[in-house]
Amino acid sequence: MSGLTFTLNGNEVRHDGAGLERLSAVLRRDFGCREVKVGCDAGDCGACTVLLDGAPVCACITSSGRVAGRKVETLAGLRENDPMFASLSAAFLAHGAAQCGICTPGMMVSAVALLRATPAPTEAEVADALGGVLCRCTGYRKIIDAVMGKPAPDPGKGAVGAGIARLDGARKIAGEEMFGDDVSPGNALILKVIRAPHDHCGFHFGDLDGWRTASGIDLVLTAKDVPGENRFGVIPGFIDQPVYAETVARFRGEAVATVVGPAEVMSVLDLSTFPVSWMEKLACLEPQAAKAAPELHPDRAGNTMCRGLVQRGDAEAALAQAAVTAEGVFETRFIEHAYIEPEAGYADWTVDGVEVHGGTQAPHMNRDSLAAILGLPVEAVRVVPSAVGGGFGSKLDLSFQPHVALAAMRLGRPVRVAYTRSESMASTTKRHPASMRVRAGATQDGRLSGFIFEGTFNTGAYASWGPTVANRVPVHAGGPYAHADIRSRTEAVNTTCVPAGAFRGFGVPQAAIAQEAVFDDLALELGMDRLEFRYLNALDNGFPTATGQVFDGAVGIRPCLAALRPAWRYGLQKAHEFNGEGGVLRRGVGIACGWYGCGNTSLPNPSTIRAGITSGGRVMLHQGAMDIGQGANTVVAQIFAEALGIDVGRVEIIGPDTGVTPDAGKTSASRQTYVSGNAARLTGLALRAEILRLTNAAEGRIEIAKGEVTVTAPDGRVHRAVLPDGDRYVVEAAETYDPPTAPLDENGQGVPYAVYGYTAQMVELTVDTGLGTVTLDHIHAAHDVGRAINPVLVEGQIHGGVAQGIGLALMEEYIPGRTDNLHDYLIPTIGDVPPITSHIIEVADPHGPYGAKGLGEHVLIPTAPAILSAIRHATGARVTRLPAMPDRVLAAIRAAKEG
Amino acid sequence: MTVFRPGRLDEALGFLAEAPAVLLAGGTDVFPALGDRPAPGRVLDLTAIAEMRGIAREGDHWRIGAGVTWAELCRADLPPQFDALKRAGRQVGSVQIQTTATIAGNICNASPAADGVPVLMALDAELDLASAAGRRVVPLAGFVTGNRRTLLRPDEVVTAIRVPHLDGAVRSDFAKLGSRAYLVISIVSMAAVLRCEDGRVADARIAVGACSAVPLRLAALERELVGRGAGTLGAAVRAEHFAALTPIDDVRASAAYRRDAVCTMAVRMLHGWGTEG
Repeated sequence: MSGLTFTLNGNEVRHDGAGLERLSAVLRRDFGCREVKVGCDAGDCGACTVLLDGAPVCACITSSGRVAGRKVETLAGLRENDPMFASLSAAFLAHGAAQCGICTPGMMVSAVALLRATPAPTEAEVADALGGVLCRCTGYRKIIDAVMGKPAPDPGKGAVGAGIARLDGARKIAGEEMFGDDVSPGNALILKVIRAPHDHCGFHFGDLDGWRTASGIDLVLTAKDVPGENRFGVIPGFIDQPVYAETVARFRGEAVATVVGPAEVMSVLDLSTFPVSWMEKLACLEPQAAKAAPELHPDRAGNTMCRGLVQRGDAEAALAQAAVTAEGVFETRFIEHAYIEPEAGYADWTVDGVEVHGGTQAPHMNRDSLAAILGLPVEAVRVVPSAVGGGFGSKLDLSFQPHVALAAMRLGRPVRVAYTRSESMASTTKRHPASMRVRAGATQDGRLSGFIFEGTFNTGAYASWGPTVANRVPVHAGGPYAHADIRSRTEAVNTTCVPAGAFRGFGVPQAAIAQEAVFDDLALELGMDRLEFRYLNALDNGFPTATGQVFDGAVGIRPCLAALRPAWRYGLQKAHEFNGEGGVLRRGVGIACGWYGCGNTSLPNPSTIRAGITSGGRVMLHQGAMDIGQGANTVVAQIFAEALGIDVGRVEIIGPDTGVTPDAGKTSASRQTYVSGNAARLTGLALRAEILRLTNAAEGRIEIAKGEVTVTAPDGRVHRAVLPDGDRYVVEAAETYDPPTAPLDENGQGVPYAVYGYTAQMVELTVDTGLGTVTLDHIHAAHDVGRAINPVLVEGQIHGGVAQGIGLALMEEYIPGRTDNLHDYLIPTIGDVPPITSHIIEVADPHGPYGAKGLGEHVLIPTAPAILSAIRHATGARVTRLPAMPDRVLAAIRAAKEG
Repeated sequence: MTVFRPGRLDEALGFLAEAPAVLLAGGTDVFPALGDRPAPGRVLDLTAIAEMRGIAREGDHWRIGAGVTWAELCRADLPPQFDALKRAGRQVGSVQIQTTATIAGNICNASPAADGVPVLMALDAELDLASAAGRRVVPLAGFVTGNRRTLLRPDEVVTAIRVPHLDGAVRSDFAKLGSRAYLVISIVSMAAVLRCEDGRVADARIAVGACSAVPLRLAALERELVGRGAGTLGAAVRAEHFAALTPIDDVRASAAYRRDAVCTMAVRMLHGWGTEG
């Protein structure tokens, strides 16, 4: 076949291929349809959904030959040609149905196909129609609301506190947002990575030059081609991961080389001919085995990378005196972030040095690491982030960037890469598997009396954020409760697994699973209501935390529990009535709490925000806090606008780009609203002060126009100042905020975080006791956010975190080499997330901007333990190893009956 | 690389007679298996062949063209013996997959967890195979010989699925057990086709997927059901009826769980059957 014609978005087009290419690749490359997103190339995620003669198909598994003579519609075509687009996109925007935006084109296209046939669909019809499109950010409920045309929330007025539509939302919903593989130039060379096929292996290269010449490619890179340090990492003292393994690969999927060539050569290059031979070595996939194995890194005896400890009072003595005690051993496994956008981007070599484009959560940190790898001064490395199609922690670390940067530097021309789904899963960081033992006691009147947590975390082959997990977990392991006597120990152990790193909560969600289950044990033993047991023991102002920190007014856990009380009592009653009827289905209600400190643990982590006003009256916000879908672009702008005293619609965002935005730190540790938000508030206040000075006004309403700024004073008098012509900002400010913390001593005593956020969640579910399957009926989530800068975005975070908690509890387990795809590694679909009722609690924090606390990680912490609590309530089954797949639930039900 | 997309079956068979090729229909298995490796050298795209389309009654059986997709099957006007196949179709992958994936592809991919295979086995389906050398008809039972293995010769294609028409009071059902709502590979799948005469089971076919390398008919259970009357079928199910299954431990479930669940599913599926007449 030498070419075919088809109708693309109403226009007849011709394609000169053999007819076997993936339609997604053809549409993106030859027809500029970058709104067709590629998430898996296997029909597992649906991001690439297009309509073929009106029916939804995954373009990634549709051969180009199959569309000959037929009609193809993409989101861009629907935007131009289908009147339904306007109302549906408005609904998506108003409901906050798009977060990062990578799945949004697939959702929108699938929804249009549904609505053409069924204009007023039921929830079940929406779920059936959208069940083939995975979303990792939203928890799907807002998408269902938008497609069903439910009334959108009233955004309210003003800046802070208004649920305005995200400022970057319209372009995401229109499919115009540019992600890592969308920004890469079409003429760039293609890079592919050669990866170790074994859990642990030595290797020898053959004739690389000969193979390169024979293959007709431009470049092969290995460890010896790294001009600077062949090491990267994120924690000082733990910079241990090579860009390319040197003689030994320590995990399956580790990079040993990259190959670079023109697209037409790379598309037919058989990488199995790459000249390398592998020698398998002893694999140690579990910490217990690794402790007895030879050291993977020098100076790490027993492969134990680091330890953490927080202790206060005398936990053993308190346990000995306790009227009741409980203990449990719990295990969680690797969890994959499963963002729908695999790592992708490009690098180019310019007169100023190397530019790296693509998704990241930490542009400045990446820049500094890249400079060290490339042997370049920091000024010669510019990181220009694209939109990020989900991150959740894993896109903090370097992945594709050093490879393309090195190649562009060597070749002096642009080089691009897009990880396949399987290499993304095999090579990037995971949530740490945890083996945890908890002992806890209580007095006869239900007060906590001693708590001991011991956790071993499998940190994989390299450090990544393992030290952070080891430090963060002991601080939080007791939960948001008043412990007088507590001891929490952790250890992070290297194994020959993919590195475990940052994932929404840094180990705290795992610890909460163990701690909350044992609290249920105590409540059961005491005959106390599970919510009231938690309420009685909740942390409060004036009582020291495990690290000895005492708050004066900002602790919000009791208000969260109080908010759930009516639903809790009603839920218990409903479950009791349902179960009274007998039968194989059993209902249960569960509860769990969580807390989380915002920002780095006892370390500086400043953010700087810059803003300026042009002579033309434009207000420019240099916003470097990475928006990975959570909404930093909107929240930081709202805070800035509030402080400056202007309409948020006037704010124009510049960046992120290490060339033009100051360092706003990393998007991690739930710190952007709190830390960068404070920097934005200070910047807005500084600009406001400067305007008041220029206009000689003391107070008043600011209006910024072309060439002029006016302040209308409360007495009605108008103060004016001219904005003189010029290229530079007429008025400018840049302010920095760094949370006030204090180091932890050898017992973990100190001030690790200035601000904590609090949460309690409640789950209602039904267990099929014949098959062990769990159906979630409803989730109630109470979150103390201090001040909801944007309530719609807050609810978006809650829904998304709950959905990830559902996955952690019920279905997710990453097994290296076995579940490197999205059909063996299961994340929740639209049919797996029940209705969620959010309770937004506002206990203002004196450090937070307008009282705001962080939220991004808190949302996930209580969900899994609350699900396990409810399964136990329904059936008596105590599931101690996650995920609670049907086989494990059924086994636990049987064990409970026999026990 | 050669990709051939003929409009006629004889052209396709001629192409295969020259040399083996990768057979491409819906693409839902071919593309995921290909990953980002170079395209195979010879590909036969079957999607334009008119003779492989359509569903029709032909005498004593139904003919389902090999190119028929799950979405087409679910839309077709078919008697109740096909309710189970439609129910399976609505649970294959997602709407996107159902739009493009073919039923014959589901068979030829030979996954132990293929949802269509147990249903078609319960329907006593046969396959029309064709090559340049001639045609043959083979029973589905026996065509799939193992995990990812079939009797299909390199020069052959499946052209159609033949399902004997069942007269009388026929009911069919399908159930699938998975760990999430959509896009999920079965832990256990089960299909049943029952024909009743005078309120008693005259003919019973039960098949199970994902519990052996090849989906299996449960002959012992089928024998047990024949002659039983309304409302007594669920009570007839006993653990030994599943002895022929050889489930494995995998990422989706343990073998022991599968043994347990399959029995529960059979009891539930059969419970109450026959009471409607």
